[in-house]
Amino acid sequence: MKELRLMKGNEALAEAAIRAGTDAYFGYPITPQSEIIEYLMHENPVDRTGMVVLQAESEIAAINMVYGAAACGKKAMTSSSSPGISLKQEGLSYIAGAELPCLVANIVRGGPGLGTIQPSQSDYFQAVKGGGHGDYKLIVLAPATVQETVDFVKLGYELAFKYRNPVMILSDGIIGQMMEKVELFEQMPRENKDYDWATTGKKPGKDSVIVTSLQLKSEDQEKVNLRLQEKYREIEKNEVMYETYDCEDAEYLFAAFGSCARITRKAMEMARKKGIKVGLVRPISLYPFPTDAIYELGSKVKGILSVEMNAGQMVEDVKLAVNGKTKVEHFGRFGGVIPSPEEILNALETKIIGG
Amino acid sequence: MSENLTKPENQVYKKTDVLTDKVMHYCPGCGHGTAHRMLAEVIDELGVQEETIGVAPVGCSVLAYYYFDVDMQEAAHGRATAVATGIKRVFPEKYVFTYQGDGDLAAIGTAETIHACNRGENILIVFINNGIYGMTGGQMAPTTLPGMKSSTSPRGREVETMGNPLKITEMVATLPGTHFVTRQAVHTPANVRKTKRALKKALEYQKENKGTCFVEIVSNCPSGWKMTPVQSNKWMEENMFPFYPLGDIKVPQ
Repeated sequence: MKELRLMKGNEALAEAAIRAGTDAYFGYPITPQSEIIEYLMHENPVDRTGMVVLQAESEIAAINMVYGAAACGKKAMTSSSSPGISLKQEGLSYIAGAELPCLVANIVRGGPGLGTIQPSQSDYFQAVKGGGHGDYKLIVLAPATVQETVDFVKLGYELAFKYRNPVMILSDGIIGQMMEKVELFEQMPRENKDYDWATTGKKPGKDSVIVTSLQLKSEDQEKVNLRLQEKYREIEKNEVMYETYDCEDAEYLFAAFGSCARITRKAMEMARKKGIKVGLVRPISLYPFPTDAIYELGSKVKGILSVEMNAGQMVEDVKLAVNGKTKVEHFGRFGGVIPSPEEILNALETKIIGG
Repeated sequence: MSENLTKPENQVYKKTDVLTDKVMHYCPGCGHGTAHRMLAEVIDELGVQEETIGVAPVGCSVLAYYYFDVDMQEAAHGRATAVATGIKRVFPEKYVFTYQGDGDLAAIGTAETIHACNRGENILIVFINNGIYGMTGGQMAPTTLPGMKSSTSPRGREVETMGNPLKITEMVATLPGTHFVTRQAVHTPANVRKTKRALKKALEYQKENKGTCFVEIVSNCPSGWKMTPVQSNKWMEENMFPFYPLGDIKVPQ
């Protein structure tokens, strides 16, 4: 049954976690995402579904608790914001290496360092290029609304278990903190499945299950890497998600993701009123990146402006996608500053049209 | 003659099925093998092989999952008790243990160790303390004794600049979350028996959900200490035991 609520992004994410049948959430407070663990502690989901919620001593401990629970075949998740996500990179590398499913939400704030608590998209590189040591990828989903935040919790688990790979919801302080109407999906049961790769206790007559990312022989470690790469190619084939707005007659193109895409849409409307034929492509899956789609779209326009709340990160993937076919520029505000539609339009006019 | 010896009635010792047949990589004379055997025998005797999940550390016992025939996870360096927390919280009815060395547990993993103990996670922590980083080639550990030589304290540990050895076992014993804290050794038959009793008690307590059980085993490292096995055991008795005295530190009331 459809349930409509007015909810803050972080609280909606927490509610979605309970409803998606999460077995365990491990987290550590950090602004601007502390409402996630606060909501969970307040809801006490152990009474609703039996879901475990634990405040860990650090982000490092939290991601390793996720490792332990995920290796038992459970739906395990954690959330944090940029500095905390940096601390989780070691654990994410191990989880990717051991091929475990899990869900991680990053409600991004401005950096580097302690940075600021205001919203940013400056963790794009960290999220889509791996983040920790070794050749690995996270599946990265970028919501632009509270609704998508909720939907991506469910989708995130589906993808995580389909590919036995960590999935990151790359949100930001705008979506985490703002309230919007949201349609919540129905409570899903906790699954309690017994996967053959999970440590659930040795079965009589069967080999014990070992969850590890260690191979002492380089040939064996190469095999692991080849298997991972094969998996990533499969993900790139099947799981690309993006949206386009007014691209049919477009002479120019905006590329933007997450909350920034919503601001850019406003800039697009303003441009259209001025007679500038501009469209917008919004990558939803940041990894896998909609490379082919952007190549196709980019081939038909005179230039692309990548609008980001960072100093220019996704623009590199846009450039790789169009492969020199079209001019690509970046416009960004960063450090927690949110760009206005007016300055985005101005950037289009000066950097792309007049540039 | 040799045929007679293999008859069941002539057997005085049989390897427990909770240890695999893999040849251990540990150096001759090292205590790890004996410690592994004692833990495996206890799991066997309690009949909980199918309900046990272990966590291996980073260090000499990184490959412990090849030797224990139970489901196991390999943790990042120092994170074993956080990983064990994740397991135990989703499987409260299983027996969960970590097996960690001094570098893993008392240096890089200090926060995870203290907080798992402080939460009173119902897990067994087996702590092998040989005062040195064995696997990486004999560097100074958090438990390296004052004056003790290692590859990163070549003139001996100077406490003024390198800090003091950490008695983490005494530290965790002060926490309300720990239920049973003890320090044992495996270098003599008598000590081996005591260690086995301690491990058995610890796993039995886990069934009662009493809190964290912490079993330190002071061990030798012939390779890292650059001694023969016999010399290393003597050195351990004369130097390690006065600083790390054997016996129960916290016993259930």
